[in-house]
Amino acid sequence: MTSSTIEAPRSPRPVARKRRVNWEKWGWLYMRGSGVLLIVLIAAHLFTNLIAGQGGVKAIDFAFVGGKWSNPFWKVWDTLLLWLALIHGSNGMRTIVNDYVSNPKVRKTMLIALLASSVVLLLLGTLVIYTFDPCPAGSLPSDLPSFCPAQ
Amino acid sequence: MSTVLEERPAAADAIQKFTATMMIRRFDPDVDTEPRWQEFSVEMLPTDRVLDALHQIKWEQDGSLTFRRSCAHGVCGSDAMRINGRNRLACKTLMKDLDISKPVYVEAIKGLPLEKDLVVDMEPFFASYREVQPFLQSSSKPEKERLQSAEQRARFDDTTKCILCAACTSSCPVFWTDGQYFGPAAIVNAHRFIFDSRDEASEVRLDILNDKEGVWRCRTTFNCTEACPRGIQVTQAIAEVKAAVLRGRP
Repeated sequence: MTSSTIEAPRSPRPVARKRRVNWEKWGWLYMRGSGVLLIVLIAAHLFTNLIAGQGGVKAIDFAFVGGKWSNPFWKVWDTLLLWLALIHGSNGMRTIVNDYVSNPKVRKTMLIALLASSVVLLLLGTLVIYTFDPCPAGSLPSDLPSFCPAQ
Repeated sequence: MSTVLEERPAAADAIQKFTATMMIRRFDPDVDTEPRWQEFSVEMLPTDRVLDALHQIKWEQDGSLTFRRSCAHGVCGSDAMRINGRNRLACKTLMKDLDISKPVYVEAIKGLPLEKDLVVDMEPFFASYREVQPFLQSSSKPEKERLQSAEQRARFDDTTKCILCAACTSSCPVFWTDGQYFGPAAIVNAHRFIFDSRDEASEVRLDILNDKEGVWRCRTTFNCTEACPRGIQVTQAIAEVKAAVLRGRP
């Protein structure tokens, strides 16, 4: 009475399981913690950018971002936003891949690609926040925005 | 009194039989390579259940129709099946509560190996049930019964109602796709002992469920809570186990 013609969708659990660091628990906790923090960070981000400033959404341009990042407070704020949101998002993607990709090779490839892209984006984003200079020395005056002293 | 007696036959006459179309997902492992839908017409009373329709088909139309049922009163948990896309017990679903202007679709529960027609292999389900050690573990050997206050009993009352029908576990999308997840029913039955004041092995069960395939796989989809024919708040029970794992004690 077995259905050899139809593949069983679920195989029995292996008896012996490896005991390692339980990342699943910390991942779950991280999602809750970062979620709460992100509500505050994103709400304040949207409020200062879109509502509090003069001119609302139309005021956002290169100069606006340059002005914000001259303040260390917003540098730290945006770094937190970047790291918490990007890891939150990629952990969510990891969850979806784990849930829905059944082929082990495809799953591993997707997880590695996800990890690599997240690391690159995190490092690149952090680099931009801390080395950002709207008026780099030695540039042609025609390349610089209007508010730079060299212009 | 007399008016009641006079009205009774009239009320009985008013009960109309109706014809319902049943679409049943058949699979015979000796003949079929793929499951197929088969249509049946059944004469039903409004008080009849889906199980009665299945009986009528098996007894009067096609004796090869295979399904599990035992008590037929919603206690044994044998006849969980997918009726119109929702996991329910065939013996607790009244035909009049379904939309009988359209065919009623009945198929086996998902996520477990299909054996024949509406029968699935329940072994993977019971394997994860066994793994959470669903029995009382206590070192004391009292002369009389183990005492427990009403409040202590109420703590895990909801999860004692489980009849192991697998309606919750086989409605869980994580269980469908991930072959190793414990599933809601196993966690519910772990909850029943984790929060029992008489039990001493809560930490062991919490450790088992703190696994990679344990409670953290739950995505709080609430499919299990919706499917449970006993009305157990399954997702809440899983959330309570999660909180207990974080605390490290019940």
